[in-house]
Amino acid sequence: MPLLYTQSLRREFGGVVAVSDVDIEIFKNSITGLIGPNGAGKTTLFNTITGLDYPTSGFVFFKGEDITPLPAYKITRSGIARTFQNIRLFKEMTVFENVMIGRHFRANHPHIVKNKLINFILGRIFVKQEEQDIYESSLKWLDFFGLLDFRDEYAKNLPYGKQRELEIARALATEPEVLFLDEPAAGMNPQETDELMVTIKRIRDLGITVVLIEHDMKLVMNICDKIIVLNYGRKIAEGTPAQVQNNKEVIEAYLGKTDE
Amino acid sequence: MLNFILLIFIYIGIYAISALGLNLIVGYTGLLSLCQAAFLGIGAYSAAVLMTAFHFGFWEAMFISGIITALCGMLIGIPTLRLKGDYLAIATLGFGEIVRNIIVNWDSVTKGPMGINGIPGPELFGFMFSSMDKISWVILIWVIVGISYYFVRRVVRSRVGRALEAIREDEIAASAMGINTAKYKIGAFTTGAFLAGIAGSLFASYNQSVAPLTFDFMMSIMILCMVVLGGLGNNYATVAGAIIIVITSEIPRLFGISHIIPPQLNQVIFGLILVLMMIYRPQGIIGRVKLNYAKILKKEILNLEK
Repeated sequence: MPLLYTQSLRREFGGVVAVSDVDIEIFKNSITGLIGPNGAGKTTLFNTITGLDYPTSGFVFFKGEDITPLPAYKITRSGIARTFQNIRLFKEMTVFENVMIGRHFRANHPHIVKNKLINFILGRIFVKQEEQDIYESSLKWLDFFGLLDFRDEYAKNLPYGKQRELEIARALATEPEVLFLDEPAAGMNPQETDELMVTIKRIRDLGITVVLIEHDMKLVMNICDKIIVLNYGRKIAEGTPAQVQNNKEVIEAYLGKTDE
Repeated sequence: MLNFILLIFIYIGIYAISALGLNLIVGYTGLLSLCQAAFLGIGAYSAAVLMTAFHFGFWEAMFISGIITALCGMLIGIPTLRLKGDYLAIATLGFGEIVRNIIVNWDSVTKGPMGINGIPGPELFGFMFSSMDKISWVILIWVIVGISYYFVRRVVRSRVGRALEAIREDEIAASAMGINTAKYKIGAFTTGAFLAGIAGSLFASYNQSVAPLTFDFMMSIMILCMVVLGGLGNNYATVAGAIIIVITSEIPRLFGISHIIPPQLNQVIFGLILVLMMIYRPQGIIGRVKLNYAKILKKEILNLEK
């Protein structure tokens, strides 16, 4: 059974059907690519799955449970993290704090939950444990991305490529099972894109399932196990990179119809 | 003269407590609230009513009025969850006016425009704080400022504080990080209102009387000025802001030149301060400080760095 799947997921904005009865299946420990021309509904599909937007109809199932009606924060807590197409870091907070936020809800140390009131009155001891836990795991993720030297910089002062990495680090700090990346390579130069490919593979090797929207075909074709193609909100093709590359409808969607 | 300086310090303390509360709402969570004076008013009036009509002692009254104000803060917090920026500010402005009008018109409880008189002072281990004895009041109020400061500092230096700041920076990203934004926004309003309620009950007890016109929109602006002047999202800057603003507004009386500079000039000065600060130093005089987590935890960076 797939780890995450949708059942005829649909999202309409007034008369515009942004996502039209899409069924997708994401399998555990795979890298799935979501491609399609601009305005195909890829980001809307991401938003409806991750709870930032509600579908008009249809369902999203994660680990066998219906997560469609849950608000975004509960979906994140259930193990789905995401990044954004236009980077949405906490700009006036340090790199370290950004990652610590990702760890926010995981820091429920058993002692702390039980003794919320005592914790509040006695203070230091338990908060210290909690902070230490957040601190150590945040360091781990900063190290994973080689961002340790930047930890006391404000997020807004980082170079563009590092901001993208920080956003992924922040999402990973929530310890997700599925990571949704919305155009992670946008604005990156070829060398940075190559590094990103390695990073995504490393993330997969940690046992995290990755789903990504991307326009960079080299990246998509190289690392994805499965590719889903959307056009005008509909799923028009699905399969391995080779299958998708030779699919007639996909070629038409990208290059236009051939007049015979 | 000394008495007057002590009086100024009493007012600084009262304002500092409510400004610390407002800093939590505006500085940390980024919700522009213009009804802090209303919260002060609710605190002052509930303490006044509890102590005069129901003969509560000061400490019980202070605590209960803090709770009442916190509930009002929660009440204003819930409907404003959907509002952002300017619209939230307008809604809180409306709430402030509603509170003021209720105080003026609810004669049976608040005695309307006459206000409530004869509010007793606090008593501690048999020691009565009288309004004549300003030194003990200064000590009392600044001890409570210290407790409030410590309380707010504890809140903001934990994951709760970081969550509030994340909401200020980007609410959507915060919710995508698993933060229950509604809970924290209401929580910020509730806590900020609680502190204002405490400050209000001190205000009522020190003045021995409360009058509805005290808690007007200008007072909200004055408290907002303190937070903005010192630095949004910085607690000792907020206290510094309270000191500067109160002293500035009392300078004419302090030097006995109030016949040359009328007290109305305060409003001009506050307006000017806000405008100049926004242009030249939007982060406030002190601004926000980066927290050094390694130092806070007294822990060296792990071997990872090598």
